[in-house]
Amino acid sequence: MLSIDNLQASVADKPILRGISLEIKAGEVHAIMGPNGSGKSTLSNVLAGRENVRVTGGKVTYRGKDLLAMEVEERAREGVFLAFQYPVEIPGVGNVYLLKAALNAQRKHRGLPELDAMDFLALVKDKMKLMEMNESMLYRAVNEGFSGGEKKRNEILQMAVLEPHLSILDETDSGLDIDALKIVANGVNSLRSPERSMILVTHYQRLLDYIQPDFVHVLAGGRIVRSGGPELAHELEREGYAWIGDAQSQTVAAQ
Amino acid sequence: MNSVPDTLEEFISQEYQHGFETLIDADEIPRGLSEDTVRLISARKNEPDFLLQWRLDAFRRWLKMTPPTWSNVHYPPIDYQDIIYYSAPRSQKDGHKSLEEVDPELLKTYEKLGIPLHERAILAGVAVDAVFDSVSVATTFKDKLAEVGIIFCSFSEAVQHHPDLVRQYLGTVVPVQDNFYAALNSAVFSDGSFVYIPPGVRCPMELSTYFRINAKNTGQFERTLIIADQGASVSYLEGCTAPMRDENQLHAAVVELVALDDAKIKYSTVQNWYPGDKEGRGGIYNFVTKRGDCRGARSHISWTQVETGSAITWKYPSVVLRGEESVGEFYSVALTNHRQQADTGTKMIHIGKNTRSTIVSKGISAGYGQQAYRGLVRVARSAIGARNHTQCDSLLLGDRCQAHTYPYIEVKNNSATVEHEASTSRIGEDQLFFCRQRGIDTEDAVSMIVNGFCKEVFKELPMEFAVEAQKLLGVSLEGSVG
Ligand SMILES: Nc1ncnc2c1ncn2[C@@H]1O[C@H](COP(=O)(O)OP(=O)(O)OP(=O)(O)O)[C@@H](O)[C@H]1O
Ligand SMILES: [Mg+2]
Repeated sequence: MLSIDNLQASVADKPILRGISLEIKAGEVHAIMGPNGSGKSTLSNVLAGRENVRVTGGKVTYRGKDLLAMEVEERAREGVFLAFQYPVEIPGVGNVYLLKAALNAQRKHRGLPELDAMDFLALVKDKMKLMEMNESMLYRAVNEGFSGGEKKRNEILQMAVLEPHLSILDETDSGLDIDALKIVANGVNSLRSPERSMILVTHYQRLLDYIQPDFVHVLAGGRIVRSGGPELAHELEREGYAWIGDAQSQTVAAQ
Repeated sequence: MNSVPDTLEEFISQEYQHGFETLIDADEIPRGLSEDTVRLISARKNEPDFLLQWRLDAFRRWLKMTPPTWSNVHYPPIDYQDIIYYSAPRSQKDGHKSLEEVDPELLKTYEKLGIPLHERAILAGVAVDAVFDSVSVATTFKDKLAEVGIIFCSFSEAVQHHPDLVRQYLGTVVPVQDNFYAALNSAVFSDGSFVYIPPGVRCPMELSTYFRINAKNTGQFERTLIIADQGASVSYLEGCTAPMRDENQLHAAVVELVALDDAKIKYSTVQNWYPGDKEGRGGIYNFVTKRGDCRGARSHISWTQVETGSAITWKYPSVVLRGEESVGEFYSVALTNHRQQADTGTKMIHIGKNTRSTIVSKGISAGYGQQAYRGLVRVARSAIGARNHTQCDSLLLGDRCQAHTYPYIEVKNNSATVEHEASTSRIGEDQLFFCRQRGIDTEDAVSMIVNGFCKEVFKELPMEFAVEAQKLLGVSLEGSVG
């Protein structure tokens, strides 16, 4: 599904990602953890194609294609979805309108007929039930006046409607109350399938209790300093990141 | 560093669509302005003496006036002797009677602009008065409207056939000495539209005027007068375009609206005069005075404008709320791109008791566009219980444009409620990235965001105009669901 090979990237001429390699197969869920400022959002952004992140080295192959050569919207239409850490508000643009425009743009790209209003509404309402969202949210402007938790839920609603191949969830669990966390996890789990892969960026084991990852990686200083199975997340929960200092000096020494 | 301004740039640098020129034989008077010019125009139009005297009075006052300098727009001094004040297609010299007699070249021009004048081809329910340079070339549905007593014709025709109405109302809303450009217009105005809706009549269709500047070096000085008698109502639309030329052209119009007891006038404008090229060469100077007088109790005047054209826009459609419980509204979207400048806004003058006004202004600036909202809310001592709500938002695309807000509030009555809200936002790289990440391309995303921003104003426009306005902003139609 996704193969990241020695990816390096800078933001504002400051190197942030310093050589990341990661292999994600179809059907797998990878959790990425790590201290604040370690580059998790930067990695998510570079995969989605954000222009302010400059790729300085390495390559990324997504479903056999050179991901980094693709435009932002092209990646989206090819099935890359990013749930934002901080979802933006778009005043005056109805949630339902944005969703329909997005879905139809993607369907068109895949050679599918556009959904008409009726079919589309039926689909969205179905997904809203899954996310336990009030239908009135459809007719409000995108994220405008939504609470922090509602915004995150809205991101997952979009994901549920768009059914991406590769979902990158950047701290979707932050700001969710316990019930909402379960609902969001439920939404995410409903999309799990042998054809879909996910990257979960998170700080907490909590989310991983509901969404079992296949692999856990620790990102620090722009590198993956450790990888392991689900048990690694438990270990991090207990011990924090104090050990990273050593691990990093070791990798540097080893080079 | 990030490429968003570039993609926005592509979006906002679309070409002007209506820049073609119609080659037509024109009857023009020589350049320059003097009392003789005023007399010549009046004579060409075979006007009664009262109107000539009125023009001359305006001209003499104008000579003593100076152009306003308080606005936020910049342009070299205009040489008023270098302008042609009257230009009419020769084929139209004797005025028009029926569409069959209109020069086919002119009909073609309007067709090209998307305004077919043939009644059967016209969108059901819209009557059009087409003004080409200095004269009205056609007015449709006139007879049908006359059946219910509505007068809808060119200003020149009104002068000939309804001189008493013209005399009674002309200049009573915008006095000749109101401002420099209004005085100039009063002296040299050539044509425009005239509407009278008799008591109790609701106008059965939208009325519209389509202004087209074609001739070179001419100014357009049209004059529109709309009177809604007691209990009458009318919705009126105005559209404007001009060819692309390297020289600036002056457009100084005056619009007067009078609403008597319980009357309602809704005036909508989609202004798309040639804005000049990317470097700011050419384009129309749009210096316009528009004012409505809510003369009667419970009368209602509403201005809705979408301003996307002109090199410079200087325009403040206003309402004088004289009648008790009268209502004034102003909904505006103004877009400035490249080197365009706009200083626009409104004045709400509350005089009568329990008068209400609403102002919603949306300014969009792109490129090096300069924009100012200037709004005055004045509540007189007599306006007990007056209320105003003003909302004024600016949206910036890119980082080289500017938006300013100048609200003036003068309240002489402490029972009044005046509220003002303002905001400025930038189409964020964040919003754009979000939309694109969902699969929507940049152009559609910008359209969507801009359209969302303007929504409160677009919903005030008559349907056909809302569509045109959205297209004008490069916006695809929103709201097909929900
Ligand atoms: N526009 C920018 N200019 C300068 N530095 C930036 C910019 N954007 C990000 N950075 C820096 O890049 C580093 C990585 O940031 P990033 O957001 O990827 O961290 P993160 O791992 O997602 O952190 P968190 O857990 O707090 O979300 C940080 O040091 C951040 O300050
Ligand atoms: Mg982050």
